[in-house]
Amino acid sequence: MLTRFAARALAGFGVVAGVVTLTFFALRFAPGDPVEHLLGSAATAEQLAVQRHVLGLDRPVPVQYTAWVSRFVRGDWGISIAKGRPVRTVLGDAWPATVRLVGLSLLLSYLLGIAVGAIQAHRQGSRTDTALSVITVTLFAVPGFWLGLMLVMLFTYWARVLPAFGAAGLDADYLTGLGRIVDGLRHMALPLATLTLIGIGGSARFIRGAMLDLSSQPFVTTAHAKGLSPWRVTWRHTLRNALTPVVTLLGLSLPTLFSGAILVEAVFAWPGVGRVLVEAVQARDYPVVMAATAVSAGLVVVGNLLADVLAAWLDPRLGMRNA
Amino acid sequence: MLAAALLLAIAAPLVTHGDPNAQRDIVATRFVAPLSSDGTGVFHVLGTDRFGRDVWTRLVYGARVSLGVGLLAVLISIALGVTVGALAGYGRGLVPLALLGLTDFALAVPRVVLLLLLAALWRPSTALVIVVLGLTGWMSVARLVHGEVRALATRPFVEGAVASGARRLRVLVRHILPNAVTPVIVAAALGVGNAITLEASLSFLGLGVQPPTASWGNMIASGRDVLVNAPWVATAPGAALVLVVVACTLLGDAVRDAMEPSAQLS
Repeated sequence: MLTRFAARALAGFGVVAGVVTLTFFALRFAPGDPVEHLLGSAATAEQLAVQRHVLGLDRPVPVQYTAWVSRFVRGDWGISIAKGRPVRTVLGDAWPATVRLVGLSLLLSYLLGIAVGAIQAHRQGSRTDTALSVITVTLFAVPGFWLGLMLVMLFTYWARVLPAFGAAGLDADYLTGLGRIVDGLRHMALPLATLTLIGIGGSARFIRGAMLDLSSQPFVTTAHAKGLSPWRVTWRHTLRNALTPVVTLLGLSLPTLFSGAILVEAVFAWPGVGRVLVEAVQARDYPVVMAATAVSAGLVVVGNLLADVLAAWLDPRLGMRNA
Repeated sequence: MLAAALLLAIAAPLVTHGDPNAQRDIVATRFVAPLSSDGTGVFHVLGTDRFGRDVWTRLVYGARVSLGVGLLAVLISIALGVTVGALAGYGRGLVPLALLGLTDFALAVPRVVLLLLLAALWRPSTALVIVVLGLTGWMSVARLVHGEVRALATRPFVEGAVASGARRLRVLVRHILPNAVTPVIVAAALGVGNAITLEASLSFLGLGVQPPTASWGNMIASGRDVLVNAPWVATAPGAALVLVVVACTLLGDAVRDAMEPSAQLS
């Protein structure tokens, strides 16, 4: 088990290194550079050259690469070219907003999705099942940014009850205590609803499928034969066993806690990592893009590993089979 | 539903009037509500956008772009995925290891981040979108085919073919792959829906299909700014997109149920 874990961790490290390297060179060979964006079109060739020299961008690409790697692993993530602030501050400022939004939506969409899926599996073939299936398939198909726009249309322009943009009102700094919390919650309502609704579509479909696969297993038949009530069998026996793969799914969604819901953040002008990343790519802000890519690739790998370890812990047979 | 969308896209000139990008007197024809006529007496089923362009016409021509991008991108990823998966599943020596490693590597790259990077780094165009979506979507197909091929390779009919002296490549292409078609079709159906959504997302961010060419994504994007006075501009293409993606999902489910009677029983 331990050696397997070590091997996976090593492979994961290789993946992160590969992704980072690929991104680094793709960035350098793509047209446009941060200095042009920084100085604007009025700058002379001489000014551009000076600025490039100051930032070290005139050195050979492999040299820049080794310099960046050696600084990055020592914790020096550099300074954002476009913003002039340390990359760690830029990402650190944006991260809490993303974690709040994405974390809460993951939690809600899995809790609600598991409930919906379990109800469907319990009443398989009934009208409730069919109706809920129609809803979940539709939610699963809806693009997040469009659902977001529709919610804005309904709740902001039509009903005029919820704000559509940002994470806090203009007057948020003057609010205290409860007022401030309410303001924050009101701003989070629409993006959270968007992400959660879409998440429910996926998780409910998944749980329903997993539970139906299990329903013909001997242990479920035994539970029924013991005379347990159908609800008890569904909740205590089938659902419990269907939850193991959900852990894997949750592990896979860990990276989104960081890279965020890029599109939904764009729609709602949510000040999270997704928006920082889009802006950085557009401004060719090399240090920010590199750091964000490295962290999110790392989280993908860690998420996969965690999911494996947790799944093996919940269901010991898995660990043995793959060993 | 999917067939209807495809037919409409192909027959676009027959079911619409005029050029999807045509602009006439903008002031007289912009923001006409659905099911009403503009100042010049032309009737618009779904209304017009801010340049007085007919939303229905753009929707149908946009379907050509969106469906075309989705289908071509999936074609690329299926071709890549089947090749890699088949070689990894039936190859010998170091080939499977290398290919599986490559697949795992590509799976670990966050797709949305990669899409953003690729699409933002080169000049956005329809062809780029197709290639980018195709190149980032093959891994799951490769995994799937790899598993199928490995499982099929030990079946008696394959061993029979090997025993009768058929070459390995022939066994793979003639005997194994045809039996692995079902899961690939299912994956393709789901993949088309997924690719259409991603195309719309990229176009929505301005990194995909470029205006004035209509795609559902950039139509939604252009409707975003006029959500207050002309909600139909963003609503119509989004609804069309949801319908098509739902159709793809249902098609995938139906194919799986039809081909695997055991899945229905359980």
